[in-house]
Amino acid sequence: MSGAGAAAVAAAVPDPELPMLTLADLGILRDVRESGAGLVVTVTPTYSGCPAMATIRDDLRSALADAGYSQVEVRTVLSPPWTTDWITPAGRDKLAAAGIAPPGPAPRRAAGPVPLVLRPSPPPVRCPHCGHPDTERLAAFGATACRELRRCPACREPFEHVKEI
Amino acid sequence: MAFDDAYDALTDHEDDTRWAFGTGFADPLSGVPTSVPSDVDGTALATYCLMLADDALVLSHRLQEWVTRAPEIEDELAIANIALDLLGQARLLLTRAGEVEGRGRDEDALAYLRDPADFRNVRLVEPPDRDFAHLVTRLLVFAVWRLALLDRLTGSRDPILAAVAAKGVKEVTYHREYAAQWVVRLGDGTAESHRRMEAALAAVWPLTGELFRAHPTERDLAAAGVAVDPAALRSEFDAVTAQVLADATLVSPMVQPTDMDGGRDGVHTPALTGILEQMQAVARAMPGAVW
Repeated sequence: MSGAGAAAVAAAVPDPELPMLTLADLGILRDVRESGAGLVVTVTPTYSGCPAMATIRDDLRSALADAGYSQVEVRTVLSPPWTTDWITPAGRDKLAAAGIAPPGPAPRRAAGPVPLVLRPSPPPVRCPHCGHPDTERLAAFGATACRELRRCPACREPFEHVKEI
Repeated sequence: MAFDDAYDALTDHEDDTRWAFGTGFADPLSGVPTSVPSDVDGTALATYCLMLADDALVLSHRLQEWVTRAPEIEDELAIANIALDLLGQARLLLTRAGEVEGRGRDEDALAYLRDPADFRNVRLVEPPDRDFAHLVTRLLVFAVWRLALLDRLTGSRDPILAAVAAKGVKEVTYHREYAAQWVVRLGDGTAESHRRMEAALAAVWPLTGELFRAHPTERDLAAAGVAVDPAALRSEFDAVTAQVLADATLVSPMVQPTDMDGGRDGVHTPALTGILEQMQAVARAMPGAVW
């Protein structure tokens, strides 16, 4: 068994909350390497309170055990913090195909305090159903911390959008 | 996930991790390198982590009290998500506190088995919400203050504090935006919503003084490049709250000096005792229970 094989197995594990994406698509799988007798897999959480981290660790160990890797250590890294910019192009296509609008580029910070914008005008979000170029935000938080609720004025369908962070 | 028996689905794992906190669940810093800078006092660092953890833990529980009671489903989701973010920050910080303290306490022992006098949170997070105006007013004050704090803490010499802060900045930016937009909507809304916002400001503002008074532990660790001196947050806090209140057609209340202080030393209001009794009841009734 080679480290490259293990990396492919780990990369293909689905995310528990966005199961159309793999951990690699989501950009939370940071490293897979052989270390001594075993494997060390490194992941990073999307949000501090991400309740899926324990499941992700279990799923990684389980998938790698099925592939013949019995000694697996799953490490968590917090830094650098996850950003939606790490979602791969393939991951973005899969989100859109599942009716979830993928994120745009994460905001860039200027020096100084984080600015508070009371009437934000974020870049338009395209409807994942009908392709209408601009849609409206219904709520800043969706079923999970990483998603917001939107609605399309053309086809009237509600949908979720992965927020840029 | 498809399953026939929900209980089996929750417990059918190939190792001993389980699906509930307080049950031998893998700790949130699992596998994270946790070295402490050699010249930093572990006891002081543990105390500082408890301060920031308890602020988040107690407010998270106050926010959770709104689940099933929020005015709209969208706000229920928002409040639950904000509470979850703060709970996540608290778990990371409690785990860090337990590690550097070196007395064998994990996040559960620190959350469930400490008495009120051992909590280090500011009093701002303690009182129950009077109404939705109170919720958004306190959340605005807390988020403006915590965002300013975490943003500076990203430069901490403690690698865990710096990493927790960097993640927290992204989260609390959303919390602050949510609260600010509600404060504007209610303040610049109807006569009744404006009146309720004025009442909420009058209730919350006296608790803000404590946010900027440095505890000796904070001052010492700030000097060592590990913590943030809260006195340094005042100007950003004043500027951001002034921006929001002006847009909301509200004025910040004139606050008389008060003795509403002491949370960092474990001197709390009776409200904290009440919320901890509820939060800790099961863990204390059945010590070491696993389910």
